[in-house]
Amino acid sequence: MSAIISRIAGRGIPLRGNDIDTDRIIPARFLRCVTFDGLGAHAFEDDRQQLARAGKQHPFDEPRFSDGIVLVVNGNFGCGSSREHAPQALAKWGKGIKAIVGVSFSEIFSGNCTAMGLPCLRISQADADAIQTAIEADPAVEVVVDLNDLSVAIGSQRWSAQLADAARKQFLTGQWDALGELVDGLPQVKATAARLPYLNAFAS
Amino acid sequence: MSQRTLFDKVWDLHTVRVLPSGQTQLFIGLHLIHEVTSPQAFAWVHERGLKVAFPDRNLATVDHIVPTEDQSRPYADTQAEEMLVAIDRNCREFGIRLYQPGSGKQGVVHIIAPEQGLTQPGMTVACGDSHTATHGAFGAIAFGIGTSQVRDVLASQTLAMSRLKVRRIEINGTLGRGVTAKDVILHVLRVLSAKGGVGFAYEFAGSTIDAMSMEERMTVCNMAIEGGARCGYINPDATTFAYLKGREHAPSGAAWAKAVAFWQSIASGSDAVFDDVKTFAAADIAPTVTWGISPDHAIAIDEQIPDVTAFPESERPNIAEAHQYMGLTPGQPIKGLKIDVAFIGSCTNGRISDLRAAADVIQAHGGQVAAHVKAFIVPGSEAVKAAAEAEGLDRIFTKHGFEWREAGCSMCLAMNPDKLKGRQISASSSNRNFKGRQGSPEGRTLLMSPAMVAVAALEGAVSDVRAVEAKVPAAKVTVTKALTAKAATARTMRAPAGKRPVRTVATKPVTRAKVVGRKAGKLVVKSAKPAKPAKAVKAVKASKAAKAKRQAKPAKAKPAKNQAKSKPTRKPAAKPVKPVRRALRRNGLK
Ligand code: SF4
Repeated sequence: MSAIISRIAGRGIPLRGNDIDTDRIIPARFLRCVTFDGLGAHAFEDDRQQLARAGKQHPFDEPRFSDGIVLVVNGNFGCGSSREHAPQALAKWGKGIKAIVGVSFSEIFSGNCTAMGLPCLRISQADADAIQTAIEADPAVEVVVDLNDLSVAIGSQRWSAQLADAARKQFLTGQWDALGELVDGLPQVKATAARLPYLNAFAS
Repeated sequence: MSQRTLFDKVWDLHTVRVLPSGQTQLFIGLHLIHEVTSPQAFAWVHERGLKVAFPDRNLATVDHIVPTEDQSRPYADTQAEEMLVAIDRNCREFGIRLYQPGSGKQGVVHIIAPEQGLTQPGMTVACGDSHTATHGAFGAIAFGIGTSQVRDVLASQTLAMSRLKVRRIEINGTLGRGVTAKDVILHVLRVLSAKGGVGFAYEFAGSTIDAMSMEERMTVCNMAIEGGARCGYINPDATTFAYLKGREHAPSGAAWAKAVAFWQSIASGSDAVFDDVKTFAAADIAPTVTWGISPDHAIAIDEQIPDVTAFPESERPNIAEAHQYMGLTPGQPIKGLKIDVAFIGSCTNGRISDLRAAADVIQAHGGQVAAHVKAFIVPGSEAVKAAAEAEGLDRIFTKHGFEWREAGCSMCLAMNPDKLKGRQISASSSNRNFKGRQGSPEGRTLLMSPAMVAVAALEGAVSDVRAVEAKVPAAKVTVTKALTAKAATARTMRAPAGKRPVRTVATKPVTRAKVVGRKAGKLVVKSAKPAKPAKAVKAVKASKAAKAKRQAKPAKAKPAKNQAKSKPTRKPAAKPVKPVRRALRRNGLK
């Protein structure tokens, strides 16, 4: 069993934009590695540098967001490559991203996050915007992500969020690391294999 | 909820049990492994003292980091070398087959598994790579997974998954001249958007898909993920079975009939229920090019860069960002945009038929790669490389100024020495135009079909492949007509009215070619100048089965390292002229 995850509270990082793909979260050249160590420093490396050259700052570079642990994004976040290096980089960035709140996530990305114990909660476009605006107005506010009642709150403001039932149960029961359970099922796995035609009737 | 679709049948067949979370523990029939997303997974399995549960159902290769020029070991890139050492060690430790460069079987993971007959209808396939969707072309349920899930599959041969909804995407009609499977999928992405498929499996169907070869179907399914769909699939049919027959890992002998019966049984029934259906007309699809930073930022070749106002409010900031990153202005035509690099390859378009299509266009055009363009062609696997060289495609490419490389992912992504520099613009047959995808943080990618990349390389700018196809000399058409007359009974030649015009692939002036006879049901055309027959010889095979067989049968692959040496030994075919296997594979000639 892995740790139970039910409530994450801390500062936020607003990151606006749809379709932010995993190549942007961690450019491919940093995937030339055999461990996930050290990926954190390179999260959004190219986006950050590009903005810096243009005299602007990426939210991940803004000192006012440097303590952020709740990342607030927009639609289709984490699309593209299946690389788990992307959520691993986020989890190892600064204080470590502990929850992501956004309008929608690519399936593979949110699946990877779940397997790492990093919940991805969905909210409406208007609510994402409101939360991002609230954090930008006061980066010191505490953002509270609650998996019990599926909500995101800042002070007295509260927004309802969504999380697939299965993922929610996995976090609340500490079963997000599925491996133990999957391996426990090995006898049934073997029974399944024994009835698959391509492993039996016409195995090649 | 969908019912009786292929997705439902395959899902149910592979369901081990329902987990307490409500997810399904799903058996994975084929797990493919590559060097980038596996080392941490192997380390976790090792650390927990676990074993690989079904080593025989796992296959590993190396593709992402392998250099496509100098493949001598140790690699100049020490990190890449370390990754190769790691996968080799891990596969040995856990008893998993590994296809290394030089084995004749190495290549992009999504190209080699189908090539060797490992990917089969009705299977579940997983790989730590989002383009695993490719394998759905066979009627498999195939999805990309992350490294934690690679670990799960290694240790249990299963995944904890939630069921997907099923959307049927029906495309009907005959594709126009110069319009390929790549254009079909770019068009679908454009209409349904990059996130429209989140939560879905895409079932591609309709007469356009039915008429496609397996390689074309793989191109379509490959990019389902770019539409947000975790997997894409096509129901298996005679084309699928013909492709599989005789491949190394395909069933044979008495097992073959059993396999076909099973494969037929898992197709979506006529009574299948879908969560959603979208229909498209092939006639609406033109050669398509991406202009922005997401694969759905696609337009027809004769359109202009769209304005932000053409998009819903929520998309506009992204569109503006794309204009800015690409340095393109709304209203500007895409045609004529100068390119710096041309890349043909990848798991989307690095198969033999893609290389043939490129060679055809190059020959029809007849020119050289523009002086300011660096153009290179990277076969998707060692087997594709061997097949292309056996057909002389490599010589066509190099003669016209293209570089010819070893198999790998190459410039599809920036993990090996093939990279864009600065703000270079690349015309690419790959699948992603994300910011920085091709190696330069400011590099710009225009996705298009291999034929369109080829013509862009020659013209030095984005061009309409249909203009080049129109240049195919009338003589070729005449010859083909002569063939048609002689083959009046041949089924291949009965292209219904409205089908695409016949196009030959002759590389020499076709006036030299003449029909010399018929051999085993094949028309044999012979060059009048036998000194150079290998390229001038044309043959038309008559049966549909023969056509299907021609789809990139694995050539007897030679170890890659020997290929350079073996090149000079390729000789023009001696008499009697052997039919060249590349020929009429256009849908209209089926
Ligand atoms: S060719 Fe490109 S998309 Fe395909 S597996 Fe390699 S890197 Fe990924």
